[in-house]
Amino acid sequence: MTTSNYATERETTEGKVFTVTGGDWDEVVSGTDPINDERIVVNMGPQHPSTHGVLRLILELEGETVREARSVVGYLHTGIEKNLEYRNWVQGSTFVTRMDYLAPLFNETAYALAVEKLLGVTDEVTERANTIRVLMMELNRISSHLVWLATTGMELGAISIMLYGFREREYILEIFEMITGLRMNHAYVRPGGVAQDVPDEAIVKIREFLKMMPKKLKEYEDLLSGQPIWIERTQHVAVLDVTACLALGVTGPVLRSAGLAWDLRKTMPYCGYETYEFDVPTHTDGDVWGRYLVRLAEIRESLKLVEQALDRLRPGPVMVADKKIAWPAQLAIGVDGMGNSLEHVAKIMGQSMESLIHHFKLVTEGFRVPPGQVYVGIESPRGELGVHAVSDGGTRPYRVHYREPSFVNLQALPAMAEGGLIADVIAGGASLDPVMGGCDR
Amino acid sequence: MTAPNDRNDTGGLPVPVTPAGASSGAPAEHPPSSPAGRGMFGNHGTGDVSGFGGLVRQRKPVEETPRPYGGYFDEVRDALEEAYPAFGDAIEKVVVDRGELTLYVRPERIAEVCQVMRDDPALRFELCSSVSGVDYLGADERRLHVVYQLTSMTYRRRVRLEAAVSAEHPHLPSVTAVYPTADWQERETYDMFGIVFDGHPALTRILMPDDWEGHPQRKDYPLGGVPVEYKGAEIPPPDKRRSYQ
Repeated sequence: MTTSNYATERETTEGKVFTVTGGDWDEVVSGTDPINDERIVVNMGPQHPSTHGVLRLILELEGETVREARSVVGYLHTGIEKNLEYRNWVQGSTFVTRMDYLAPLFNETAYALAVEKLLGVTDEVTERANTIRVLMMELNRISSHLVWLATTGMELGAISIMLYGFREREYILEIFEMITGLRMNHAYVRPGGVAQDVPDEAIVKIREFLKMMPKKLKEYEDLLSGQPIWIERTQHVAVLDVTACLALGVTGPVLRSAGLAWDLRKTMPYCGYETYEFDVPTHTDGDVWGRYLVRLAEIRESLKLVEQALDRLRPGPVMVADKKIAWPAQLAIGVDGMGNSLEHVAKIMGQSMESLIHHFKLVTEGFRVPPGQVYVGIESPRGELGVHAVSDGGTRPYRVHYREPSFVNLQALPAMAEGGLIADVIAGGASLDPVMGGCDR
Repeated sequence: MTAPNDRNDTGGLPVPVTPAGASSGAPAEHPPSSPAGRGMFGNHGTGDVSGFGGLVRQRKPVEETPRPYGGYFDEVRDALEEAYPAFGDAIEKVVVDRGELTLYVRPERIAEVCQVMRDDPALRFELCSSVSGVDYLGADERRLHVVYQLTSMTYRRRVRLEAAVSAEHPHLPSVTAVYPTADWQERETYDMFGIVFDGHPALTRILMPDDWEGHPQRKDYPLGGVPVEYKGAEIPPPDKRRSYQ
């Protein structure tokens, strides 16, 4: 510790003291304006609690202002589309359900609709199966929006809403478990119908949920809608108007928050949505606040749809009558999830050779799908979820492509973030509601 | 299932023939699931003695649909023909299947066609829902197809555009100038199929790592799986398993 080139020194009664200010830094920074010129590049993610999974954002910052934002995706790519080409058509349900893990029933339904269209059996899907699909999808929409509310609240500093949102979502997942055997990744909606019928206990539980949920929604609104911090963080933040939405292909609540009432359930109905009474909520500001209001209103509309679906559930088959397509087993929920019912196993093993052969052929070989291609779009909680399915006439998909709303919508992030504050990147990104499992597939 | 035939000419080897009922029962096939294009199972040389080895898969090319198509498809075609002078040159064929309209477009014309599809008041396909690819290996000389799903919000219509390029020269113009939303989707198609969209602002990989070699969604891309032991049995990787065609 002798003399130093980097710091001035002086002797004191306590010993030698170095002063590390000064030096030649005046020279170094001369010519730069620290207020206006300082640009730094910040990597946000891919491991960041506020990026909804493994989304990486590269932000070029000037002070607290974002000058450029680029998103990097692909960290959760699992090759689901490629995998589908090596499984038969029915097994596909099990794969696609894992894409957007907050909306598994939408992935399955879109896939099932595409396969049915390829098979030409769309009109043969039974009334009850369609009603159950609507019922399940709308419950799923509520649970997905609740997770959105919960996580967005948490990211903007409202921890209570996070706990409430996940609590109510858990209730829906319990309903799903009663019906499908699993909380997530159900593989419940199959080409030709659904895997099995809805048990009576589940109907009771859904009715209870319908009674409970409006009160909870009121609670959320009491908690957030009048709260100054929530309003400050969301109003006029991350604005995207209709023009920008259309150019960037953004659909779903984000598009509706900008004022265009485009909802595939209304505009290009499927599963009998045209026979239900519901509204398409919109807002005109195109900001995070508008998206919050639109999603809350959509939960209310979904509750209406669930109620109507429950009321029109009539006894009947839940799978197409064509035994060349319908999964031969009567499934039942056992302690380890969904599987073949014991009666069915007893029948094919003990009584009916014909059933055994049929079961074997359909399970090992699967059904053949006439060659051709179709595109089916449905309204997922995040926007248009499209399936482009190609068949070559075989028992396995030739190609299945998912038009994932998370993937397409994420392109809008730079448009929302650039020129705004870094804190608003979080709000804007959250308002797009990206699910990386769906985005990367 | 094999039809009786004269096997003396071929030195006792079975000759592939169309089995009885193949034209009436089984669905038509194109393109084949295996390069060989025959047999009940995908894996060959396994000594399959089931008798299904004589089945021949028939490839039916996609054929132009005669007019009238029905629905709004005629209107769309007429509007495009009127608004786009080079229609005859650009559109290779028009196919209506399962209630969906597909226009097969010459690849170098795709951006122009998209521009007209978006801007013409009688067409108004404002939204490009999806861009993706399909690899028709063995069924089409220009095996790589790019598929565009356009949506008209004004008229609530959908149309599919399809452009085919060869693997040797996989180039076609980017439509990002017309539909900015195609940006990432074209990158994904490039990533997965190696199709190059000329004029794209930054055509880089998006889902696979930057230094990845090959394009995984091509049908000739090796899966590279290894056999796995499960409960004492050896399970081959998916592409090596015996599978139904």
